[in-house]
Amino acid sequence: MNGDAETDRPLARPPLLKPGQTYATATDQIAAIVLSRKTSKGWWLCFGLSSVLALGYLLGAPIIFSYGPGLFGINIPVAWGFPIVNTVWWIGIGHAGTLISAILLLLNQKWRNSINRFAEAMTIFAVIIAGTWPILHLGRPWFFYWLIPYPSTMGVWPQFRSALVWDFFAISTYMIVSIIFWYMGMVPDLGSLRDRARKRWQQVAYGLLALGWRGSVRHWQNYESAYLLLAGFAAPLVVSVHSVISLDFAISIEVGYHSTIFPPYFVAGALYSGFCMVLTILVPMRKVFGLEPYITLRHLDNAARLLLAAGLFVAHGYISEFFTEWYSGSTFERTLGWSRITGPYAFAWWITMFCNVLVVQLFWFKRVRRSPWTLWVLSLVINLGMWMERYVIVMTGPARSYTSGRWDVVWATLFDLATLIGSIGFFFMLMLLFVRFLPAISIFEVRELVREQKEEGAP
Amino acid sequence: MTERERSWGLLAGFGSVAELHAAIVALRAAGYRHMDAYTPLPVEGLAEALGQKRSWVPLITLCGALAGGIFGFWIQWWTAVVDFPINVGGRPFNSWPAFLLVTFEMAVLVGACTAFAAMLALNRLPRLHHPLFGVGEFDLASRNRFYLAIEASDPLFDPVRTRQLLQQQAPLSLREVPP
Repeated sequence: MNGDAETDRPLARPPLLKPGQTYATATDQIAAIVLSRKTSKGWWLCFGLSSVLALGYLLGAPIIFSYGPGLFGINIPVAWGFPIVNTVWWIGIGHAGTLISAILLLLNQKWRNSINRFAEAMTIFAVIIAGTWPILHLGRPWFFYWLIPYPSTMGVWPQFRSALVWDFFAISTYMIVSIIFWYMGMVPDLGSLRDRARKRWQQVAYGLLALGWRGSVRHWQNYESAYLLLAGFAAPLVVSVHSVISLDFAISIEVGYHSTIFPPYFVAGALYSGFCMVLTILVPMRKVFGLEPYITLRHLDNAARLLLAAGLFVAHGYISEFFTEWYSGSTFERTLGWSRITGPYAFAWWITMFCNVLVVQLFWFKRVRRSPWTLWVLSLVINLGMWMERYVIVMTGPARSYTSGRWDVVWATLFDLATLIGSIGFFFMLMLLFVRFLPAISIFEVRELVREQKEEGAP
Repeated sequence: MTERERSWGLLAGFGSVAELHAAIVALRAAGYRHMDAYTPLPVEGLAEALGQKRSWVPLITLCGALAGGIFGFWIQWWTAVVDFPINVGGRPFNSWPAFLLVTFEMAVLVGACTAFAAMLALNRLPRLHHPLFGVGEFDLASRNRFYLAIEASDPLFDPVRTRQLLQQQAPLSLREVPP
């Protein structure tokens, strides 16, 4: 079957790169974005806008640290609120980056070569932001390091049977492994930038970051071996990290949280929102930086197909969850299910269904998958839908807990909204800095595509 | 001997992988061993042509991952059973299924760090300078040119004869590498 796909490829599929690319053009064009191209007005506009938005997060966080998490719209029993919704949402966004860079590498999907670098950057920034939310949500955030097992004078150790400790290990491992994977993938390209740099500060900065990379055959041999191994390590993280996050919910005995479907359901949701964010960034980026020769419609098409697949998984998750609530016969579960559709948070449930189940059906049409700005708008809609889904999960369960005397509803405060919007601004600010100062497309992997295209006899 | 002190070696640049490969085969056949090729992208087959052994990275990484996993399990077992046992409703202290997740995470974490460190160490990186960077056009090695360097440390190295031998491969450029 694999053999068939190989022979079919030149006939059935358009080339991954715009024809006519050579090693030299690929290197020079991608390097020029970082080294010599004048920063465009569009970049400054986006950067200014996202920096202003980021203030909500960068100023909100210290205020919350000084006054405490009571500034969030949370209360007992609805104690998790926005901070945990945001944790789950952001970390989910990161997952598509790892899927693209690690799993598609192991599956030898060559189209990933032009988009893996920025997807990895997306992962790292999203995970860093995700990691700050649980700390913001702590009553005594200065003690968060108690989760690390270290020989303390108090003589106590973390409780390793707790999902919260697993969470800490999963997120920090994910963050460190993603950073290593990202940086290591960039080392040869930083060497390319060092060799192209003409300004002194660029030569020094990229020279140091390139670690003395010379591209010798021995270098490449060890490098490729290590890169594949890192991909092998990162691949199980794609499924494990969000599963662990879901265990924070599933291991508790809260109504609506205590469910075995959560791990796969969360992973599918993570990939779904992650691919959305990929499209949200990819479409404007290829336009602004003139990257259409490297990020073609075929890339967008493929990302949209994965998005559709993930979306159908998520829809399946919604159906199973509902079915189980009904089939369990549990009054509490049934009450919760009904409250989701009609209760105080019903608006969020309906938005979720509209965005995540209905809108994604448009991706069945090739015309939609191949029109960049339609994809972009739809990706924004689904990003919103995925945030709402987490909002529904986090809020509705505790709001309709076992006894009606405990029922409560909480609403977002100014700090909830400011920090959420601010974190989105902060994320885009980091992404913009990344595309400005680091190679947003993997240069050496595009050279590999050039070589392959040459060998396949493309013009 | 004085010749060897005067140069680090010779650097020949080629326009394609095929030409580089032919040059490597020819120089190997002539008995040269201290040489390496420099390419803008990883090319399969060149390492074999140069007679390089398999990479040690996988084995070192395996050791790192195992060490991480063992340490990860040990710290949980030791804290939960030996140093800080808590009796929760008579459940076993060594509740190993609950420890597997952190064990896995530690194996991945240490394994990934080891893979990166092993790659750098085996490549003798990071390194601030290298004689090859003294050749002006070597920056093309990260663009579109494929280089073969014969090092002066090779017992057969002779500034004149080696140069002639390389010249026969019709390189686009042939430079002496200052030490």
